[in-house]
Amino acid sequence: MSRLGTTSAPWDAVIVGGGHNGLVCAALLAKAGKKVLVLERRERVGGATLTEEHYPGFRYTVASYVVSLLRPWLWRELDLARHGLQLIPLETSFSPYPDGRSLCRGPDPIATREEIGAFSRRDAEIYPTFGKSMGRLARFVKRFVDQTAPDPTSFRPRDLAQLVGHGRAFRELPDDEEALLTRLLTASATDFLRETFEADELIAPMSCSGIIGTCLGVSSPGTAYVLLHHYMGEIDGASRAWGLARGGNGAVADAIASSAQASGVTIRTSAAVDKILVERERAVGVVLVDGEEIRARTVVSGCEPRLTMLRMVGRDHLPSDYTAGLERYKNRGSSGKVNLSLDFLPEFTCRPGDGHLRGDIAIAPSTAYLEQAFAEAKAGRWSRRPYLNVVIPSLLDRTMAPPGKHVMSIFVQYAPYHLADGPSSWPQHRDAFRDDVLDTLQEYCPRLRDAILHAQVLSPWDLEQELGLTEGNIFHGELTLDQILFQRPVAGWARYKTPVRDLWMCASGTHPGGGVMGAPGGLCAREMLAAGAL
Amino acid sequence: MSRPTPFHPRTTAANRGWAYKEWAGFVAPCSYDRHSEREYVAFRHTVGVIDVSPLYKLDVRGPDAAALVARCWSRDATQMEPGRVVYATLSDDDGYLLDDGTITMLARDHVRVTSSEPWWAWMHDYARGLDVTLTDVSHLAALAIQGPLAADALAPLLDFDLTKMRFFRARRAKLAGRPVWITRTGYTGDLGYEVFCEPEHALALWDAIFEAGAPHGIEPCGLDALDVVRIEAGFVLQGVDYVTARLAPSPKRKSTAYEAGLGWTVELDRAPFVGQRAIRDEVRRGPAWATVGLDLSWEGLEALYARYDLPPHLAPIASRASVPVYDNGKKQIGQVTSSTWSPLLKRYIAIAQVQAKFATLGTQVQVEHTVDYERGVVGAVVAPRPFFDPPRKKAQPTLRSAP
Ligand SMILES: Cc1cc2nc3c(=O)[nH]c(=O)nc-3n(C[C@H](O)[C@H](O)[C@H](O)COP(=O)(O)OP(=O)(O)OC[C@H]3O[C@@H](n4cnc5c(N)ncnc54)[C@H](O)[C@@H]3O)c2cc1C
Repeated sequence: MSRLGTTSAPWDAVIVGGGHNGLVCAALLAKAGKKVLVLERRERVGGATLTEEHYPGFRYTVASYVVSLLRPWLWRELDLARHGLQLIPLETSFSPYPDGRSLCRGPDPIATREEIGAFSRRDAEIYPTFGKSMGRLARFVKRFVDQTAPDPTSFRPRDLAQLVGHGRAFRELPDDEEALLTRLLTASATDFLRETFEADELIAPMSCSGIIGTCLGVSSPGTAYVLLHHYMGEIDGASRAWGLARGGNGAVADAIASSAQASGVTIRTSAAVDKILVERERAVGVVLVDGEEIRARTVVSGCEPRLTMLRMVGRDHLPSDYTAGLERYKNRGSSGKVNLSLDFLPEFTCRPGDGHLRGDIAIAPSTAYLEQAFAEAKAGRWSRRPYLNVVIPSLLDRTMAPPGKHVMSIFVQYAPYHLADGPSSWPQHRDAFRDDVLDTLQEYCPRLRDAILHAQVLSPWDLEQELGLTEGNIFHGELTLDQILFQRPVAGWARYKTPVRDLWMCASGTHPGGGVMGAPGGLCAREMLAAGAL
Repeated sequence: MSRPTPFHPRTTAANRGWAYKEWAGFVAPCSYDRHSEREYVAFRHTVGVIDVSPLYKLDVRGPDAAALVARCWSRDATQMEPGRVVYATLSDDDGYLLDDGTITMLARDHVRVTSSEPWWAWMHDYARGLDVTLTDVSHLAALAIQGPLAADALAPLLDFDLTKMRFFRARRAKLAGRPVWITRTGYTGDLGYEVFCEPEHALALWDAIFEAGAPHGIEPCGLDALDVVRIEAGFVLQGVDYVTARLAPSPKRKSTAYEAGLGWTVELDRAPFVGQRAIRDEVRRGPAWATVGLDLSWEGLEALYARYDLPPHLAPIASRASVPVYDNGKKQIGQVTSSTWSPLLKRYIAIAQVQAKFATLGTQVQVEHTVDYERGVVGAVVAPRPFFDPPRKKAQPTLRSAP
């Protein structure tokens, strides 16, 4: 990449980290006429939205694999479609069970009702009604996500709704919906779902969205809220928002980078920042690992908060309560990733063919199974039979593998960063971990191993080393109730500002958190511009 | 009763949704499932195949073939080289638009015209004194193979190098050993081809194309998915975005080619053709109406629904219902004729006809939108058409590597 950025260049902002949030922030600042430089440690941008070829002709969507909630307003404002971003909606959610049965929920509501009816007629009838209620409530989450976090005083569910300026709307909710929202903010995913559904075969896979990226179990309080994210996509447009980016999630970063460059942003890759320069309590620039110094009017970190503040800034420049807050901030990575290149498509014994595989596949056969998986994580082991979220991108996006061949993305939970014998023991355990993952899937797909041409295994330790995700947490910090909104990352510092003047944070460790949303980057840029920070 | 097309045995066998409609007297699938999501994805990401046999097809043969076509249609076909295809319009003497379609020079003395309505008799009436024969060849089977991997599905079946075929070109070929005409054309605004053959070859061609396309994710597609992609591509549809002047219920419902956004197909300065004088006058005056793309405000839509305490709700298929367009003073200035949510663009887009002075890009207007049986308005802005125009539409395709 170009080295246009000379040390004396009058940068309005230098962005540390070219993850998708850093790039969004850069693009919006540049669109407002600012001179912006992005510094990315790796040889390509993207961070956790990354496509790479590790086996010739097969492309992995290395870390994140589904585009869930990428904000439509950014899509439009950054003209991402013109910069090459194309979303392919996931069609189905498929779950196989050990007894040979299976469940496939898809775009056809009648077919879905029949599928669920095989487990519970009651659940089948109520399923669409539940979706409708959740869609209505998802509007609240959407408001959280599209606005800077409010300034709080308390943290009761009702206050929460009031905080975002929608207390009136909250009060006007029908009683049953108000109750539902209150339950959502406090209950566990399984408790919440059991209030509506009876079939464990349905509850188990549905509950998993509540635990992704956290070190909590499906019956831990507070895990219900994330279920709403699933319904939020439904109200972002007329089609399902959950999908794959054509070309893998790296295409998300590439499109944003292309839009940013079109607006004049300079991007330097293979440029790792060592220190954020602080002079007289102000951030004045950065120092790269090779010693190069780059000065700017503002510094914006697109990296995880602890990495940014404790490592790049240093405690000397921070008030102790802020440091203490950051130390309490829970990263606790709990998931890993296995990517496979496949010579052929291994079929599921319980349901041959591929029509039901054009979406995500959940290995979550029962809530007891998920609880057992969590119990092992608490004991400092990875789950011998983990929850798997599997996607076969090549079925929907043929550009990911040669004709007739496939790539498979397996998201694995639980894979705790803190193993009993320490996080740095992960490299020794990587193969055993992979084998447990493959064994788990092979119980449903007997020809899986015959099909494998190449496997990439990423433990939380690898995610930290490779991608700079502290403790391998996929969201730059868990998305639990005590770490969202005005408490993300630290109470009082949730509006992208930091205790160091002219230092801002714009990535997943800020409101509204992780996921391929672009929201933190977008909102940070808006705040900076509104504050006349640069 | 609607008639089956030559592909009917295959299209019905593949159809799991049983949603059909009538198209030019034929049975045409709306979608192959009870939804059209997969088909939309095929058109935009892999290969979608749609049976376009119901198109009217007319062969004009003889030394004056090109002269007759040039006399009736908006293009000077006498200047076209064999192997070229152009998009063209047909107007009446008063300059009102009758139809749009393609003109293909198969040979110097053989021109094929496709259209949405039959024009055999119309053209026949203008053939006096010309050495031509007009044959309705609408019985020919026609298949559109569209999408970024369309060339991958077809290339291995063809007796020539498909990757060398340029945009809007035609040629005779053998496809799976069967004689066909193939054109690099389509109605999706993406990479795509159309294949024409005698009906007895239809099923064999379908089978060969679906076999070759299987590793590339080929899917049969219906009219619902086509409607979404053609709006993304900004194409107007006869009977929806304008009505053929021949059947217009009132003078107000007639449009000129310019008003329908198809002025660019008119080659005005040449030997006389039907409607030339009227169109020339119109160009001098400036057209009264314009067809524009509209980008409806999603935030505006959310706000409108929020007034009813509802999340926004749009149908997952395109709408052909015409709804009024207002200026900011609430005066009606035109109508939306087609609209759709674009999954690709994350935008709610529409094609509208508005008074010419509102056609400038960036003009703010209001579009009627009904929530809970009540009419409201949503802000919209005049946006460039096509909404989606990928470079691959015209570029030389690169084939995926063989397994
Ligand atoms: C395995 C996995 C699966 C996931 N699955 C999904 C999913 O399916 N859907 C979803 O929505 N979300 C998913 N996520 C979460 C999502 O990917 C992240 O929340 C999001 O991509 C984070 O984006 P970001 O821009 O905030 O940060 P990052 O992408 O982490 O970007 C930070 C950037 O900073 C760079 N950097 C680090 N240190 C330095 C330095 N010293 N100097 C310069 N640059 C530096 C990094 O290389 C990186 O590019 C997943 C994450 C992981 C890890």
